[in-house]
Order: sequence, then C-alpha cells, then structure tokens
Amino acid sequence: MGESLLKAVNIYKSFVGVEALKNVTFEIKPGEIHCLAGENGSGKSTLIKIISGVYTPDAGYMEFEGKRFSKITPIDAIKNGIQVIYQDFSIFPNLTVMENLAFNSELADRRKLVNHKRMRQIAEEAIAKIDFKVDLDAIVGNLSVAEKQMIAISRALIFNTKLIIMDEPTTALTRREVSNLFKIILRLKEMGIAILFVSHKLNEVFEISENFTILRSGERVASGSTSDLDAKKFTYYMTGREFQVHRFEYEKVKEEPIFSVDKIGIEGSFSNISFDVHSGEIVGITGLLDSGRTELGLALFGIKPIEEGEIKMRGKRIKLTNPRRAIHNKIGYLPEDRLSEGLFLSQSIGDNIVISEIDNLSKAFGILDRKQRRDEIKQWVKNLAIATPNPANACQTLSGGNQQRVVLAKWLACDLDLLILNGPTVGVDIGSKHDIHSILQDLAKRGMGLIIISDDLPEVLENCSRILVLKNGQVVGDMLASESDEKKILSYMM
Amino acid sequence: MNKKRNKLVVDRHMFRLIVMIVAWMIFIAFTRFRKFYNLVNFQTMAAQFPEFGLMSLGVMLTMITGGIDLSVVGNANLTSILMAYLLINMTDVAGAIPPYAIPLVFFLAILIGATLGIFNGLLVSKAHIPPILATLGSGELYTGICMALTKGNAVSKFSRTYATTINNRLFGLIPVQLIIFTIMALLVWFLLSRTVFGTKIYMLGTSATAAKFSGLKTDTLLIKTYLLSGIVAALGGMIMLANYNSARADYGTVYTLQCVLIVVLGGVNPVGGKGKISGVILAIVLLRMLETGLNRFPKISSYYISLIWGGVLILVMVLNFFTENKRVRRKG
Repeated sequence: MGESLLKAVNIYKSFVGVEALKNVTFEIKPGEIHCLAGENGSGKSTLIKIISGVYTPDAGYMEFEGKRFSKITPIDAIKNGIQVIYQDFSIFPNLTVMENLAFNSELADRRKLVNHKRMRQIAEEAIAKIDFKVDLDAIVGNLSVAEKQMIAISRALIFNTKLIIMDEPTTALTRREVSNLFKIILRLKEMGIAILFVSHKLNEVFEISENFTILRSGERVASGSTSDLDAKKFTYYMTGREFQVHRFEYEKVKEEPIFSVDKIGIEGSFSNISFDVHSGEIVGITGLLDSGRTELGLALFGIKPIEEGEIKMRGKRIKLTNPRRAIHNKIGYLPEDRLSEGLFLSQSIGDNIVISEIDNLSKAFGILDRKQRRDEIKQWVKNLAIATPNPANACQTLSGGNQQRVVLAKWLACDLDLLILNGPTVGVDIGSKHDIHSILQDLAKRGMGLIIISDDLPEVLENCSRILVLKNGQVVGDMLASESDEKKILSYMM
Repeated sequence: MNKKRNKLVVDRHMFRLIVMIVAWMIFIAFTRFRKFYNLVNFQTMAAQFPEFGLMSLGVMLTMITGGIDLSVVGNANLTSILMAYLLINMTDVAGAIPPYAIPLVFFLAILIGATLGIFNGLLVSKAHIPPILATLGSGELYTGICMALTKGNAVSKFSRTYATTINNRLFGLIPVQLIIFTIMALLVWFLLSRTVFGTKIYMLGTSATAAKFSGLKTDTLLIKTYLLSGIVAALGGMIMLANYNSARADYGTVYTLQCVLIVVLGGVNPVGGKGKISGVILAIVLLRMLETGLNRFPKISSYYISLIWGGVLILVMVLNFFTENKRVRRKG
C-alpha cells in the first residue's frame, strides 16, 4: 500500500443550513476500485462534486498526490487527472462518436479550426484503450446506453486520467452490459487508474470493489475492505435499520383465477403468452431488458393493445384497448419510468394521489367534494407513510421511495383487483424498498392479485409466489419461487 | 415550510403586478389626476377591456393544458359577423329588433364559438397537430371565411338597440360588458379551482404521458378546453360588435398577441400546468390602465404603446427568471 492518490479530509458542506456533509474523510489509492455507497440524500453526490471541484467545501481540505488544496475548480480537477462520468454521460447526442470523443481535447487545445484527420486519430486512440468497437461516424443519439457509457469512458481516458468517478454507472444497463463494464473497470485498474464507483446496489459493491466508504445523512458511517462486509452489515450501515427478510407465502384460497391471459401476443414484442393470477397471488415476470417484459406490462394495461389471444377478468373476456378500460376493469399499472409516466412532478402530492379516482370525488356536475378529497389524501399519506410535512407540496420534493409510494397510493385509491408493477423499486433506497415490499405482500394477503415485472432477482424471489421467465418474447421458464433460486432463473434468462 | 415558500413565490408574482399598477396609478395621480381619476374614465376602461379580456381567458385555459389558442380573434370576428347578419335580418324598417333578439344572438354566438372551438380541439387531440400550428391555421381559416363573406367591408346597419343595450350601465354605474366578463371570469375560476375538470387540465398540462398512464381521457379534455376557449372568444366578439356597432374581418387583429402577452404576464406557464385567473385579471387591468393613462398625454403618440407593453412584459419575465433562479440556487 503506497501513498494515497486522493484524500479528502474533514470535509464539511452545508446548503441553506442543511448539513450535507459532516466531517467526512475519504481516501483512495492509485489503481484502487473503491465503492462509495449511501442512500439518496446521504451526501454521495455532494462528495463527488467537491472532489471534482464543482462545489467548494465549507471546511476541510483535499490532497492530491500529496499536494494540498483547500479548494479546487473543475479545471484543476481535470488537470490533476480526475474525470467524472455522470449518469447522463454529458455527451452530445446529435454529434457523431468521433466528434464526441475529440471535441474536448480540441477545445482544451484552444483550436479554432476543425481537422477531421486529427479528430479521427484522437478518437481511434481513445476507443483502442478499452478495446471498444464502434463505428466512429455513428450518431451518438442512436447508440445504446451501454455504448454511450463506453464513449464517456473512452473520452475520460483521452486526458492523463488517474481517477475516474462513475456515478451510479449500472442504473440503465442490462446484466450483460454490467459484466462488460466490470471487465473494463478491471482493465482500467491494470492501467493504474483508480475508480470511484458510486452505487447503492449491494451485489455490485461486493462484485467489483476492493474498499468501500458508506455515507449516511452526510456522515461517514463505515469504510474499509469489502471482504469484511456482508449483506446484513451493508444494509445496516446504509439505513441504520435492521431488516428481516420476509419471503412471501401464498395459500390458494380460490381455484378460480381473477385474471388470466390466453396465448396473447403483439407482433415483434411477445407471443403465445398464457398465465393466470389468483386472488392473493403475486406473479413475478422477469427477463432481460429486451425480453418483452415491459411490452407485456403495457399490453395488460391497454397502452399497447394485444393483437392476438384473449384476456379474462374473473372469467369474463375483456378488451383492453386503452388505460381507461383497464382501470374500469380494476387493473392498475405502476410504470417503469416513475418520473415521466407515473407522476405529475410539479403538481401536489395530493393531486397525484387522487387523479385516477377523481371522478368519484364529486357529488354532482363534476364539482369537487373538497372535504372528501382532503380526507382521501390524508388517509393514503398516512396508510403508506408518505414522508411529507404537507400533501400540498409538489411531488418533486419527495425522495424516490416516497414518490413511488405516491404512485402506489394513486392505484390503491382506485380499489383495484389487479395491480401490475413494472420495476417497483428501481431507484428506491433500501429502506423504502423493504417498506414497499411489505406493502405489496400485505396487499396480496388482503386478496389483491399482483404482477411484479422486475429484473431484480432477489426482489422477485422474495416477493412472488410464482415466477415466469421471459426471453425473446416467449415464456421460457415457469416455476414456483419456493423451488427456484437466482442461478436457476439466470439459466433461463440468458 | 415548503408550502409557504411556494405560496410566497405565487404571491410575489401577483405582488409585482399590483406594485406596478399602484406605481402607475400614483404617477398618473401626480401628473394627470383630473383626466384619469373620474368615474367616466373608469367606466370607459371597464367597457373596453372585456373584449380582449374574454379572449385572454381562452388563451389562458388552453395554455394551462400546454397548448395555445391563436384563433380567438378569428373566432370572435366570424361569430360577430354572422350575428351582425342575423341582426340585420331581424331589424325592421323602424330600426327596432324584437325583444328576444339579443338573448337569441348571444345563445347562437355561444354555439358558434363552441363549434369553432371543438374544431380546434379535434385538430389538436385527434390529428395531433401542435396547438400553435393548429390554431394559427384555424384562425386564418376563420378570418378567411369572414373576408369571403364580407369582401372586407364592415357589416353594420343593424338596429342600434343592440349596441345601446350592451353599452348600457347597470344602475347607471356598471358597464354591461364588465358584467359579462365578470360572469365568465368567475365561471372559469370555478372550473379551474373547484371542479374535477380543472384538476384534470392542470395535470394534463403538467405531463400528457403521466395523464395517459393515469387513465385520463386526454382527447376529451383537450376538446372541452378548446370548446371553452371558443365560447369566451365568441363572447368577446359579441362585445366588439357592440363597442364598434359593426363587425369586420379585421377588427382586433392586434388582440391575438396581446392576449398571449397578458396571459404570460399574468403568470401562466407557457409550458402548461400552472397559472391562476387572478394573475391574468391583474395583467389585463395593468395593461388597460397603462394604455388609457398614456392616452392622457397628448404629446406621447399612441405608437409608443407597443413599445411600453413589450417593455413591461420583458421586465416581468426577467424579474421572474431571477427570483426563480435564486430559488433553484438556494435549493442547491
């Protein structure tokens, strides 16, 4: 163990009286893969921004290769070899790969004219470093998320980089892409580049990192070698709570299913899918990103109507041609993209909760019954423990977990028989994730039928009674959760 | 705490409009007190603003859904021309009209306005034409029909009874135009803040995708909104008909952009989802007072009015930008 590459010592930072970082010390050595973990609002992003010079700390200092800085600018950070890959990659989607790669160095050299030959050379060198194969003339906007990420990494390597900070790099990646990313991270390590990997996903932290630092409410609660860490400790450090994992148990009460699909299909998305959902049952649907799982979810909610097969609700054939039909048949859908599909972010929490049942909140002539509306909102905020001082606040003031509860509340307020959830805990912190899981299990116990679409295998195994595995639009595996494990599901998925 | 802050921002916008109105009133008080502060002047202003005030309500409603209605003036002119023809037919040799004539033309005007509005709504919701293009096109279409009908001439020579009735004053004090505007403004206020429909259009304006995923009938909502806009625009046309005692294809052509200015000045978010009627009404009052006040200075040509309106709008937008930005920065 030699000298540290970067040290941030006793960092304090506060925003309008809220302390985002309290006496945080952080250290990373050359060529080290270090994981920075913490729930939303724990101060991870603030720390990254201080290291990369975006924010100035209120107190404390930083050391880079032994040089002490009390504050740095983003340009200082880049000059010292610090590169940040943000979640949106900061790339230009309408330019080509080559332009994206060479643009920064063209700017850094203060060139006034563009030389395509030189740019191509820079770009070729950049992608060669990580063996990334891509058409340099392709428009970046047309590439996959993983490819965009590779471009961002290649671009970071053009400079004399010593530390790459990756902000939740796996969020939008498929399983295969994640393992590919990990290979590249290991390769960068061999090149002597340190990686600061920001994540809150337990399995990734264990898989890739050597050392870890966990922040909670702006304080460093733990750091050390990942080999000394286990799942229980990790969760405890992250949340300060201990959780008992409750595996969902389902007992069939009625032979009759409440919901059943028979040989349904949409050309190019999925075909020949049949399954039943009973009252009180949670059916898991899993598969890779392109397996057709999301399309299936959209079809069952009437957004992408099916082209063949039939859907029955309580034995009666129904046609789901639009979401209203679905809601009318007591089917709700918690969408994959909470921010754009699930919520009206700038509107109040209250309106977000009641919007789907709002027609029932009027006495006559569409005039709102304001008391009933208020009571309804109060009830759901309380039932789902949505953490807000005032439901009239905009939805965007809530954390991810609480936002998801608002979407859940919206559907529960509609008094449904079947709730389809697509990625119910994506981007939700661990504490809320556990809470949401227990809410879902509780709903099933009270007789609702649920479908959970998710690629988070522990989530599916823990909460579902039956699991369907989708691949290329077909059901390739159908099993009881109690008789399967991650390995078995993965073997069907891949 | 957060609610307080939000409220404060809304109030700050209103506050600024009020400060501007008061500042202007004080200025006028010192310079042209007698010519401005008399009952007749206020009554004149109250009779003038409803015609574009009503159209602004339509623009506001559509803007809340994230759209816009640029056809309000075309709609108003087409309605008023058609009703002018009807009034000519009903006018007898002595220049009188039957007592049911005025209620009848208002009723028909509402129907025509609603139809023209529905047409816009269909273009926007079913044909998926961006509202700015759809209503620009339909506005031109309505104006074109007016032109074809009138060959560009004014339609008048109907009984003066219509104009004198609308130009009347309730208890000799309150102009009828103001009463019509007030009724419609109250109706719009009630729709927006007290009904299911109001909540839905705010939500639709915030996110059409989320509205679809929440099971809202987005098409019907849009059609209803443009229908309402059509009705208020048509009523604006009926007031123009009375104020000018005639109808013409090119009356009030400057109102299209004025309405957009008023609505934005009143704090309605052009992207949709936000806006209150109180702000729009203050903006209407401010602009009317500015224009009337300026007219009291014979040396200042009325050509300066556009300049001042543009200046006020940009000033308010810039102030908004800075207060909003501060808020974002403070949030960190």
